[in-house]
Amino acid sequence: MRCTVGGVTDAITVSGLRKTFGRTVALDGLDLTVRAGEVHGFLGPNGAGKSTTIRVLLGLLRADAGTATVLGRDPWRDATDLHRSLAYVPGDVVLWPTLTGGETIDLLGRLRGGIDEDRRRRLVERFELDETKKGKAYSKGNRQKVALVAALASGVPLLVLDEPTAGLDPLMEEVFQRELAALRDDGRTVLLSSHILSEVERACDRVSIVRAGRIVDTGSLDELRHLTRTRVHAVLEHAPSAEEVAGWPGAHDVTVEGDEVRCSVDAEHLGTLVADLGRRGVTGLTVQPPTLEELFLARYQGTGSTDRERENEAQPA
Amino acid sequence: MTAATAPTAPATPRIPVATRLTGFGQLLRLAWRRDRILVPSSVLGLVLFSVGSAQATLALYPTDAAATAGLSSVLANPAVVALYGPASAQSADALAVIKTVMLGAFLVGVLGLVVVRRHTRTEEDEGRLELLGAGVVGRWAPLAAAVTLATAAVVAASVLSALGLAALGMDPAGSAAFAVAWLTGGLATVGIAAVAVQLASTTRGAGGLGFGALGVLFAVRAVADSADPGTVLHGLAWLSPLGWAGRVEAYGANRQWVLVLGLLALAVGVLVAVRVLDHRDLGAGVIPVRAGPRRAGAGLAGPLALVTRLARGTIVGWAVGMVLGGVLVGSLLGAVTDMSGDPAIRDLLEKMGGGAGGLFADVYVATEIHFVAAAVAAAATALVLRLVAAERTGQGEVVLATATGRVRWYTAHLVVPVVLTAALLALLGAVVGLVGPTVTPDAPTFGESVGATLAALPVVWLMTGVAALLAGALPRFAPFAWGVLLASFLVSEVGPLTDLPSWLLDASPFTHLSTLPAGSFGWVAALVLTAAALALMVAGGVAYRRRDVA
Ligand SMILES: Nc1ncnc2c1ncn2[C@@H]1O[C@H](COP(=O)(O)OP(=O)(O)OP(=O)(O)O)[C@@H](O)[C@H]1O
Ligand SMILES: [Mg+2]
Repeated sequence: MRCTVGGVTDAITVSGLRKTFGRTVALDGLDLTVRAGEVHGFLGPNGAGKSTTIRVLLGLLRADAGTATVLGRDPWRDATDLHRSLAYVPGDVVLWPTLTGGETIDLLGRLRGGIDEDRRRRLVERFELDETKKGKAYSKGNRQKVALVAALASGVPLLVLDEPTAGLDPLMEEVFQRELAALRDDGRTVLLSSHILSEVERACDRVSIVRAGRIVDTGSLDELRHLTRTRVHAVLEHAPSAEEVAGWPGAHDVTVEGDEVRCSVDAEHLGTLVADLGRRGVTGLTVQPPTLEELFLARYQGTGSTDRERENEAQPA
Repeated sequence: MTAATAPTAPATPRIPVATRLTGFGQLLRLAWRRDRILVPSSVLGLVLFSVGSAQATLALYPTDAAATAGLSSVLANPAVVALYGPASAQSADALAVIKTVMLGAFLVGVLGLVVVRRHTRTEEDEGRLELLGAGVVGRWAPLAAAVTLATAAVVAASVLSALGLAALGMDPAGSAAFAVAWLTGGLATVGIAAVAVQLASTTRGAGGLGFGALGVLFAVRAVADSADPGTVLHGLAWLSPLGWAGRVEAYGANRQWVLVLGLLALAVGVLVAVRVLDHRDLGAGVIPVRAGPRRAGAGLAGPLALVTRLARGTIVGWAVGMVLGGVLVGSLLGAVTDMSGDPAIRDLLEKMGGGAGGLFADVYVATEIHFVAAAVAAAATALVLRLVAAERTGQGEVVLATATGRVRWYTAHLVVPVVLTAALLALLGAVVGLVGPTVTPDAPTFGESVGATLAALPVVWLMTGVAALLAGALPRFAPFAWGVLLASFLVSEVGPLTDLPSWLLDASPFTHLSTLPAGSFGWVAALVLTAAALALMVAGGVAYRRRDVA
């Protein structure tokens, strides 16, 4: 992964963002930093506030409190000027029923202040887009492709993508991934909201996880993994007693059945545990780092070791 | 392969009607829940319109003798008949509904059309019907629910009006015939709407088809009704449901059997719609979506170009309507001029909105302009409200996320209607000015006629401004622009013939229309109206800049 820190300014900084719709609190003190030149994953359960955050960043919604800076500008006051430097793909693309896909791409490019013809041609080809269809006649995935081509074909430094691949088939998802990699190599910044974890794992330098309008974690995937428990299954010659088990630091959900021990352990206490197990004569040992799904589920549900103060230890099977 | 299984066209499996209607009750309840304000308030408005204007007219002409003192010849005049339909009866009751029978039958039809479209094509267009269709909902159920609700609205407006009229002491048989006239026009339009929403593949396309058909049927009726009785042309009115409504002749011949035609039209419309529905795909129409150009023309750059391009079909439709309307009005001027010796006619027409003084043909043109101004204001309102529609679908969000500022996006949605209304009124004036003089030397000249239509612009723009303010500041209440427009028009339309309070009359912008080509042009009123329109538009823009767009 490229190192993006050091001397480079942040593309997006958000702090203490609050937005309510009537009695619904959509954003509740959200902080977010997207460094220049990184692909930043933006994750969270449905209704967590991702799209709302993005709309604030685009200057479509006015925050009730907090500050947001995008490419050094205030998105509410300098929206028009700012939009010359960014491209946006909404999660639910509705095209104009009477315009063809090709016309839509050209129009959006012109509204943004220009389009790169070569890149446009290449993208249309790669995404296998039929430009002559009218908006009404496109399938969901193809509508999404129109919006993607329009956004990717612009040479802007910042792309804001809200679930851009919802509806793309696996082949097109692959094309999208390659384009994303090319963008990163180009030094452009991408904020990518997504529910597809493998996509995020592959594409993103760092991720931010939002839940109920707040960020619950930010960092690279390695960092997030490090903060999550590892599962351990050991077969021992001398099984530990209940008191001994209670003394293991950072171990949770410990079960002892005959000579088998299962538990999950906070990453920083893994070494201590393995050493203790070793003293009891290990005949079999599996140590399983958290899968991506576990990593996110833990945070989506508000459990896991990052919320240390929480006593609720419910772990998905 | 045996003969029995020879590959023939696969027969459509016979699905029982009850199955195709599964979920009808629930959908009807859902439709009613969504329309529980729209339908009752529209029905109430229509009842107030018919009963209120009848009551006020009766107060002005309390006896048959007063009503028929010279008026029966007016009402039989072809040019007047073209506007309001035939009303040859010599009674105060007939006079009391002259303005509400035909116009009301038309408006009841519009209500039916709007309700049917809302719950069928719009739902399908926005993907919600798919959600329902995948559930336990028969294929016919949404259409059936929409038609049922629309029919109920038409019946409610017609029957309640008739009861109200009878309660005023008007002839019961005539009142029943009045209900028949409205029912005939309304039910037939519901049938037309049912077909239109199947044929077109978009909400706007369905609107174009439906309203276009309604306009054509009104024109057919106007031409036929104004022809000499007994001629073939006169009989053509039977081709138009609005013609049927006129031929009921409420408070005269009272031809109640005409209702059969309305019911028949509804039944045929629904059957055709069902047939189309069974053979088309969900989300599609019958009119296929053709492929288009690979690249955008050089002109399609910027928000104004986009808004104009999206309004292309609407613009063409209205332009055609103006040309047809202009030919109609222009050619009717001959009939008007024949009657110019009769002072009673002048009195009535002046009360109908033509203002005082000038040649008789001028007064008639002014009366027509009153109607056209309302129609053109409706076109402008629809275009302004597209700002809100784009916001709902998310298209506005995509545009606003480009370098298009909010003010430019908002302004584009105003420039198009402001310019279009001017062009449409000028077009109408030009056609009247070209056709009129070929029929009668009394017709206004080309210049007078264009000037007269353009003089309606400040009022049209004021109504545009009302829609702009609502769209900019209170998008959720934007549809109220329709209510304001309709109420303003109806108040000014029935006002002068009745004893409505003067403050109410003055509150309607349409009361302040110029009386050109007859009277003089009120510069002050025009400037005040234009300034007010501009102020409303600016206020809407200021609010639009500050509010959330999502
Ligand atoms: N215009 C609005 N009016 C009222 N409430 C809204 C509006 N927009 C969003 N909300 C509410 O704000 C909260 C956050 O919604 P948001 O669309 O940001 O979620 P999201 O994280 O994008 O979810 P998803 O993954 O489903 O797209 C939700 O509770 C939603 O109901
Ligand atoms: Mg979202």
